[in-house]
Amino acid sequence: MISWTLARRELRSGVRGVRIVLACLALGVAAIAAVGSLRQAVDEGLASDSRRILGGDLEVQSGAQPLPDTLRAWLRARGAVLSDVVQLRSMLIAPSGSRQLVELKVVDPAYPLVGAATVTPGTLAAALADQGLLLEPVVLERLGVTPGTRLRLGQTEVTLRGVLDAEPDRSAAPTLLGPRAMIGAATLAATQLVQPGSLLNYDLRATLPPGADATATVAALRAAFPDQGWRLRTTAEAAPGAARLIDQTSLFLTLVGLTALLVGGIGVSTGIRAWLEARARTIATLRCLGASTRTIFATILIQVGALTVLGVAIGVAVGAILPVLAVVAFGDQLPVPPRLGVFPRPLALAAVYGLLTAGVFALWPLARAAQIPGAALFRDALQPVRLRARPALVAGNALLVLILVGLVVLNSTARGFALSFCAAAGATVLLFWVGGLGIMALARRVHVPGWPAWARLGLANLHRPGAGTVLMLVSLGLGLSTLATIALIQANIRAQVLDQLPAQAPTFFFIDIQNDQLDRFKTAASTSGATRITEVPSLRARLVSVKGVPADLVVATPETQWALRGDRGLTYSATLPQGSRIVEGQWWLSDYDGPPLVSFDASLARGWGVTIGDTLRVNVLGRDIDLRIASLRDIAWRSLALNFTMVASPGLLARAPHTHIATVFADAGHEAGVLRAVTDTLPNVSGIRVADVLGAVAALVGKLGTALAATGSVTLVSGALVLIGAIAAGQRRRMAEAVVLKTLGATRGQIRAAWLVEFGLIGAAAGVLSALVGTLLSWGVVRFVMKADWLFLPGVLASTVLGCVVLMLLFGYWGTAAALRAPAAPYLRGE
Amino acid sequence: MHVRDLTLTVPAAAGPVNILKGIDLDIGAGEAVGIVGASGSGKTSLLMVLAGLERATAGTVQVAGADLPGLNEDALARFRRQTVGIVFQSFHLIPTMTALENVSIPMELAGDTDAAGRAAESLGQVGLSHRLTHLPGQLSGGEQQRVALARAFAPRPKLLLADEPTGNLDVTTGRTVMDLLFGLQERLGTTLLLITHDPALADRCGRQVRVADGRIV
Repeated sequence: MISWTLARRELRSGVRGVRIVLACLALGVAAIAAVGSLRQAVDEGLASDSRRILGGDLEVQSGAQPLPDTLRAWLRARGAVLSDVVQLRSMLIAPSGSRQLVELKVVDPAYPLVGAATVTPGTLAAALADQGLLLEPVVLERLGVTPGTRLRLGQTEVTLRGVLDAEPDRSAAPTLLGPRAMIGAATLAATQLVQPGSLLNYDLRATLPPGADATATVAALRAAFPDQGWRLRTTAEAAPGAARLIDQTSLFLTLVGLTALLVGGIGVSTGIRAWLEARARTIATLRCLGASTRTIFATILIQVGALTVLGVAIGVAVGAILPVLAVVAFGDQLPVPPRLGVFPRPLALAAVYGLLTAGVFALWPLARAAQIPGAALFRDALQPVRLRARPALVAGNALLVLILVGLVVLNSTARGFALSFCAAAGATVLLFWVGGLGIMALARRVHVPGWPAWARLGLANLHRPGAGTVLMLVSLGLGLSTLATIALIQANIRAQVLDQLPAQAPTFFFIDIQNDQLDRFKTAASTSGATRITEVPSLRARLVSVKGVPADLVVATPETQWALRGDRGLTYSATLPQGSRIVEGQWWLSDYDGPPLVSFDASLARGWGVTIGDTLRVNVLGRDIDLRIASLRDIAWRSLALNFTMVASPGLLARAPHTHIATVFADAGHEAGVLRAVTDTLPNVSGIRVADVLGAVAALVGKLGTALAATGSVTLVSGALVLIGAIAAGQRRRMAEAVVLKTLGATRGQIRAAWLVEFGLIGAAAGVLSALVGTLLSWGVVRFVMKADWLFLPGVLASTVLGCVVLMLLFGYWGTAAALRAPAAPYLRGE
Repeated sequence: MHVRDLTLTVPAAAGPVNILKGIDLDIGAGEAVGIVGASGSGKTSLLMVLAGLERATAGTVQVAGADLPGLNEDALARFRRQTVGIVFQSFHLIPTMTALENVSIPMELAGDTDAAGRAAESLGQVGLSHRLTHLPGQLSGGEQQRVALARAFAPRPKLLLADEPTGNLDVTTGRTVMDLLFGLQERLGTTLLLITHDPALADRCGRQVRVADGRIV
C-alpha cells in the first residue's frame, strides 16, 4: 500500500526523462501491432471475399485438358450453377501493326457467378457478344486503340468494345507476362488458339444451392471421378498464392518489428537505469527513513510498470491506426482488399511482446536500484551500485526471455525460421556487446605518445568508467545490421534476377508453335534478324502419381510441392539438353526407342523422395503414361536456356500431338521486326519479350524492397532513439567535462575533435560489425530460406560501413554541440 | 596583472545585475594576494574574469601581457593553458579520469610529450604518488583537492587562482592543503590570487584586498 502511495507521488512529476523509454517501447509495439492488424485485415478481406475471389463455391481446374460433360452433369444434378473459364496467353495485333502479349480470359455467359465485372461502357454480356473484346486500360494506351477498333487475335478479328475496369475473381496478383484481355466463349473457336499441346488452363466454377457443403461435394466429386488429377478448390483455398505471400510477408515484417522492439528494449534498459539513478537520492533517503528493500523494489516496480504500460498503450494505439493509413496509401498494392477494423488478438500479442521485452530489459536496473544503500546519501556522489547476479534475478530474466522466444516461435507460421531469428538476434546482441568490450579493452591498451591530445582524449573516452561505448555500439549496430541484411538480400535478388540474367537471356520466348509451323517459324525469325534460334518440343503433362502414390497424397518438402500441382511442361530429347548436368543415372542412347524413360530434376527428386528406377505416371492429352526415371539432372535455370523438369526419351511422346517452344536471340534493332514477322506469319504463336518480364519482375522486387526497407528502417529509428538516449544520458557528464577541459585550456576544436574521434571509432566499429552480421544473415536467408546462390556485394557493405560512420559522426556532432556551447562560469559557480 | 575600471553586468529575470562596479587592481609577479569579502560581494566573479572564464562588460584586464577582453574563446583557452592554474572549492576533477590523467590533461593539451611524467612528479609533490591510478570517487576530499593542486601547479603557471580551496575540507586537511599551496607558490615564484573567508589564510598572503558590493574597498 505504502508502495502505491510512494509510486503515485513520484509519478506526479510526469514522464520527463523517460520519453525515450516510452518512444522505444511504443515504436516496436506499434510496428508489430500494425503488421499484425494489417495481416488480419487482409485475412478477413480474403475470408469475406473468398467466394468472389474463387468465382464460386468450388472450382475444378484441369490444366490443358477440357473438362468432360459428365462432370457438368454430375454437378448440375446437385443443383450447381456452372461457369466455364479458359485462360491462355496470346498476341493481340492492332491495325497499326503494334502488338501486345495479353493474358486472355475466355468466359461463358454465366460468368461471373459471384460479384460483377465492371465494364465501360455498357455491360459485360453486350461487350463480349459478336466477337467483342474487353481490355485493361493500359493495353488501349499501348496499342493506341479505342472502342470500335478491330484487332487481330489468333486467326480472327475481334472488336474492341471498351475497358475492363474490374473482374470480381481477380486478386491483385502481379501480372508478369501481360495485361488482361477478355473475350466470350463463342469467340474462342474462331481464334483457333486452342491447338493440341497449347498452353492453356480450363477452369469450371460452380455455385452450390443454399445449405450444400462445398467440402462434402468435393469429396463426393473425387470419389465419383477417381484418378482424374483435377485440382479442386473450395473457398477455404480461394487464393493460396496470396495466402502464402501474406504469411511470408507478415512473418518477415513481424520479425523485423521484433528487432525494433529488441533495440527498443536496450533503450528501455538504459532509460530506466538513468531514470532510477536520478532518483537514487530519493531511494537512499527512503532507506534512511526505514523503507525495506521489498518496499523500495515494489515502489519502483509500480513506477516502471506504469511507464511500460503507457509506452505499450501508445504503441498499440498507433499500431491500430497505422493499417488504416497504410490501406489508404497503398491499398491497391495489397493482394486482396483488406477489411479494416480493430483486431484484439494482434494488438494484444504486440502488447504482450512489449511488456515482456520491457520486463527482460528493466528487471536488471530495477534490482540494482533496489540495492542502493542509505549510506549513499553521505557520500559525495551516489556511485552506481554494482549488482550481484543473484540466482533468482538470473532465473527471472531467463524465464522472461524463454516466454518471449516461445511466444515468437508459437505465433509464427515458420517456426524453425522464427527460432533461427531469435538465436540470430541473441547472437547479434552478444556480438556487439563483446565487440564493445573489445573496443574498450583495445582503447585502454593503445598508448602512442606522439599523438595529439585530442586523439588520446578521444581514445580514452571510449574506455573510461561509465563510457557509453557498448551501449552506443549495440543500439546503432542492431539497427544497421537489420538494414544491411535487408539491403544485401534485396541486392542479391536484384543482382541475380535482373543484373545477371539479361547478359545471357534470350530476347524472346515463343510458345504454341505447332509441329507443322516449325519451319515457317524458323524462316520468319531468321529472315527478320534473329541471330540464334533454339526450339524444343513441348507437351503439357499432369502428374498422376509418384511411385504409385496419387500426386495429391505425395509427401514432399514445402519448396517442391508446387511441382505436384497443375500442368507441368514435358519435352523429349535424344540428347542431354544444354544447361543440364547428370548427377545420377545415365542418359539414354540417342537411338533409344524402348519403354518411356525420363530424366528428372535432381532437386525435385530429393524433395519428393524419388530416385533412379522409380516411376512417375503422367497424363498427356488424356492418356496416362508411365515414365521410369533413368537419370537425375542439376538444371541451371538462371541461364534461361530452354529446359524442363521432365525430359522424356523420344519414341512414344514424339508421336503424340505437341507444340514447340523456342528461344530467339536478336539485336535490339531487330526485336520489333522479329516479333512482327513471327506473329504475322503464325497468328496463334505468342511471343514473350524477356525484357518486359524482367521489367515487371524489377517493379515487383522494387515494391517488395521498399516495403522491407521501410519496415527495416523502423529498427534504425529505434536504434537512433536509443543512441539519442545514450548521448543524452551522458550529456551532463560531457558538459561538465567540457567546462573543466576549457578551464584547463582546451580549445573547442580540441574537445570536438576528441569527441568525434570517439564517435567516429564507435561508428566505424558498428559499421564493420554490421557489415559482418549483414553478410552472415543475408547469406543464411538467401542460401537456406530462399535456396538461391548468395553473391558477395562489397559495394553494399562499403556503403553500410560508410553510412554508419557518417551517421555516428552526425549524432556525435549534434549531441556534443550543446555541451560545447555551455559557458564555464555558471557551471563552476553552481557546483 | 593590471585591471582598470572593470565592470561585470549579467542579465537576470528581474533586470541586469551589476556584479563588479569599476575594479582597479595591480598585482606584481610572484606576489600572493588574498581576496576577502562577504558572500555575494563579487570575489568569485573577479576570479572568473581574471581567468578568462567570464567576459568583462567594460574595462581593461591585462594578465601576463595578455589583453583578455580582446581574446576570443579559443585564445582565452590557450591563455589559461599557458598562464593560469585554477583551484576550485569543489575540486572539479573529471570523475572518469584517474588522478594521473587529471593532472596530465592541461600539459597534454599544450602538447607536452612528457605530460604523464610531469604529472606523476607533481602528484608526488603533494604526497599522492601512491594514488596515481585512482579515480576521484575513490579519493577523500583532501586527496581530491591535492590532485587539483597538483593539476594547477604541474604546468608551472605564472598565475594561480584559488577559490576557497579549503572550503570543503576539515581544518587539519585544509591546513595541509594550504601548506602545500603556499610552499609550491613560494618555490615556483607563482603569482597567487587566493579567495578566502578564512582570516588566518588571508594573513598568510603578502597583501589583502577586500571586495564589497562589487568594489575594492
